[in-house]
Amino acid sequence: MANTYTLIASNTVGLLGSATITFSSIPSTYTDLLIKSSARTDRVNTVDYYKLKFNGTATSYSERSLNGNGSAAASENNNSTSYGFNYAIDAATATTSTFSNAEFYIPNYAGSNNKSYSTDAVTENNAATAYAAFTAGLLSNTTAITSITLESANAANFVQYSTFYLYGIKNS
Amino acid sequence: MAAGSTYTPIATQTTSSSVASVTFSSIPSTYTDLVLISNVYKTGGSGQSGVFQVNGDTGTNYSFTYINGNGTSATSGRVSSNTYGCFDLWGQSMSDTTFEEHALNFMNYSNTTTYKTILYRGNAVNKGVEQGVNLWRSTAAITSVVLYLQAGSFVTGSTFTLYGIAAA
Repeated sequence: MANTYTLIASNTVGLLGSATITFSSIPSTYTDLLIKSSARTDRVNTVDYYKLKFNGTATSYSERSLNGNGSAAASENNNSTSYGFNYAIDAATATTSTFSNAEFYIPNYAGSNNKSYSTDAVTENNAATAYAAFTAGLLSNTTAITSITLESANAANFVQYSTFYLYGIKNS
Repeated sequence: MAAGSTYTPIATQTTSSSVASVTFSSIPSTYTDLVLISNVYKTGGSGQSGVFQVNGDTGTNYSFTYINGNGTSATSGRVSSNTYGCFDLWGQSMSDTTFEEHALNFMNYSNTTTYKTILYRGNAVNKGVEQGVNLWRSTAAITSVVLYLQAGSFVTGSTFTLYGIAAA
């Protein structure tokens, strides 16, 4: 039976931490891409945010998101930003040993259309405030995606035991 | 989720012209859950959402609950005793100039004991983002799904893939 949900690459952060997670040389042989992450950063705060880039592109991202923080729901627009943004990560003052989860889904990543994507991201924290966000995103660029970079939007480091898995999903 | 053969493409369709609907039929009962991923471009006027029916059922057997955000505010709502389920952004303007991504998850779709729960996610950067849950009040196994728009068409190049997920 065809192997249609395939691990392309993974990254587990070591003792020294890591400022950047990069998946490069992504083959064009799949239909969609999916990243699953379990992450935490050393930002001195309860929460940090992912900074997402495709192919190193630093322009033409737009997003709409739906967010909840444990007490209220809101929706936001992020237009013409230099990177995808609105996905929360547990940070240094969140409950110890708590890692946030996120998924990034990129359909038809190797096609010639502008690249749409979606994200789900949640944090947890043994306190009144934690975050959940659903985001619809678009990179207005028709180039096939061959690399993906994830960083902290606050120039922090991903801490040890953070994990990132890139899967390729094939429709045949 | 386990990698490999438990996530199996059952069928895929790419529209070669504008079409009003897309149908997956003769869905085998051999999986545990179904996932339907679509990446679509729409045309049309003042219509609303993308919707679906299963097994050709046009009765008032569908209901759904959603939460969405349009970039300005968050809204939740519910529709009961409806003639179709929802997989898109309910109540948002349909026309869009970008490809949208949707996901439908049909849970335990082939059992003949319970009503069927169908989760969905709609992502349209020019309109918003929505997550919701449908209920189809039937104990029949799901063997076909038709996706269509309340008005307008799926434009050339829209893709739809139905995957089966097996628990073992």
